[in-house]
Amino acid sequence: MINGSILKSKIFNISLICAFFLTLGAFPTKALSQETKPEGAEKKFDPKETILEHIADKHEWHMFGKSYIPLPVILYTDKGLEIFSSANLQPQGTVYAGKYYNYMLVNNKIKVVTADKQIDAVNNKKVWDFSITQNVASMWMTGIILLLVFFSISSTYKKRVGKAPKGIQSWMEPLILFIRDDIALPNIGVKYKAYMSLLLTIFFFILINNIFGMIPFFPGGYNLTGNIAVTLVLSVIILLVVNLKANKHYWKHIFVPNPWWLFIIMIPVEIVSIFSKPIALMIRLFANITAGHIIVLSLVSLIFIFNSLWISPVSVVFVVFIDAIEVLVAFLQAYIFTMLASLFIGMAIQEHHDHEVI
Amino acid sequence: MELVTPEVGLIFWTTLSFLILLFLLGKFAWKPILAAVNEREQSIETALSRAEAVKEEMARLTSENEALLKGARAERDAILSEATKVKNQIISDAKDAAHKEGSRQIELARIEINNQKAIAMADVKNQVASLSLEIAEKVLRKQFEDQKKQDELVKDLLKEVKLS
Repeated sequence: MINGSILKSKIFNISLICAFFLTLGAFPTKALSQETKPEGAEKKFDPKETILEHIADKHEWHMFGKSYIPLPVILYTDKGLEIFSSANLQPQGTVYAGKYYNYMLVNNKIKVVTADKQIDAVNNKKVWDFSITQNVASMWMTGIILLLVFFSISSTYKKRVGKAPKGIQSWMEPLILFIRDDIALPNIGVKYKAYMSLLLTIFFFILINNIFGMIPFFPGGYNLTGNIAVTLVLSVIILLVVNLKANKHYWKHIFVPNPWWLFIIMIPVEIVSIFSKPIALMIRLFANITAGHIIVLSLVSLIFIFNSLWISPVSVVFVVFIDAIEVLVAFLQAYIFTMLASLFIGMAIQEHHDHEVI
Repeated sequence: MELVTPEVGLIFWTTLSFLILLFLLGKFAWKPILAAVNEREQSIETALSRAEAVKEEMARLTSENEALLKGARAERDAILSEATKVKNQIISDAKDAAHKEGSRQIELARIEINNQKAIAMADVKNQVASLSLEIAEKVLRKQFEDQKKQDELVKDLLKEVKLS
């Protein structure tokens, strides 16, 4: 009886897991590392380089280990379009002779090179990279997932008019209602309906990409919402919506300060604030998601830095902990971006009845 | 620095993809979904308010029914008491009438009896008178058959007359 209860207890399970790792640590680590790197000249592990490579965009989509899906490379050059598979550039350092120039991957970026692998700085400026990178491909994948999910939900709504939600519909409806009742309505006010499409799309776009970005292998393993270009586009959209939809109170607030002698100080400040709000949105999402990826990768890198499996239980425990926080952050950042976007829209279209001083 | 340098390609594709996604989702997902949710909320609201109205109506009907029932009960009681009164009236009236009739009948019977008795008495008297006369006649005839006795009687009668 006593033995049985000990076997069933969680403490026993945890100690079993620890024992497993300890036994692994007992093996000579060199033997294991030699299996993967038979060459004697071991390159020194550089965590910074590895981490930055992992969070950056790539021209191929890594699946498991070294296998990857090649993605199309689209280059807009001064002589015309170049389209070829990124498999031609693998492994790194391979020079591919395109129609117009020679190309090579340098730090996962396509560069025009001369025949002797030297970067051709002059011609590089003539080539614009519009490749379908890992981030673009993953964005399309999540976009298709969003379309499938919400089209099916939409058709469920048509089929079950006036009935209680069912299946995936009942998972998404609380989120949709949350965005409507707790984000859009309180921040924007009565005119919220015109902005619901934008807010819902932004929320679910950020949320699904945050979550897929946390999956360490295919179909995840990318860093879309932690890429400055993506957050830039999202915040520029918010900037445009806010300033194009703004009413005369908003502009009056910026250009006609009260009292008038604040003119010199207030107008520059207000103009900066027009841009600082979307920039804050851009940096917040980018920094949060990138930081999460960096922490997880750093903790995993600990194993390689110490070059010992003894450290792996510590790494795993911390990674699980950080991952749990990152799930929270995935929702939180999607919520905060949507909330602040609706707040800015609300501030721009609000009807002021009382006249504020400054 | 590379980390915070946006790439033109990704900006282009993100803008394009996001705007297409926004358009498609907005047109085919968010609009119908929000409309359906709104519609359902409204139908729930109307159903609730209707239920409230029905509840009020029910309460009203119940109280009305109760009032009706109360009225009916009161009416029944009134009718019953009225009926009892009428019944008693009828019974007492009937009793009175019967009593009167009875006494009248009795009176009539008594008068009749008296009449009949008087008639019978008169008849009996007549019969007795005629019988006595007959008997007296017969007795007298028998007594006055002999002269002696007649004389004697006259003598006696005379004596009596003298005395008086």
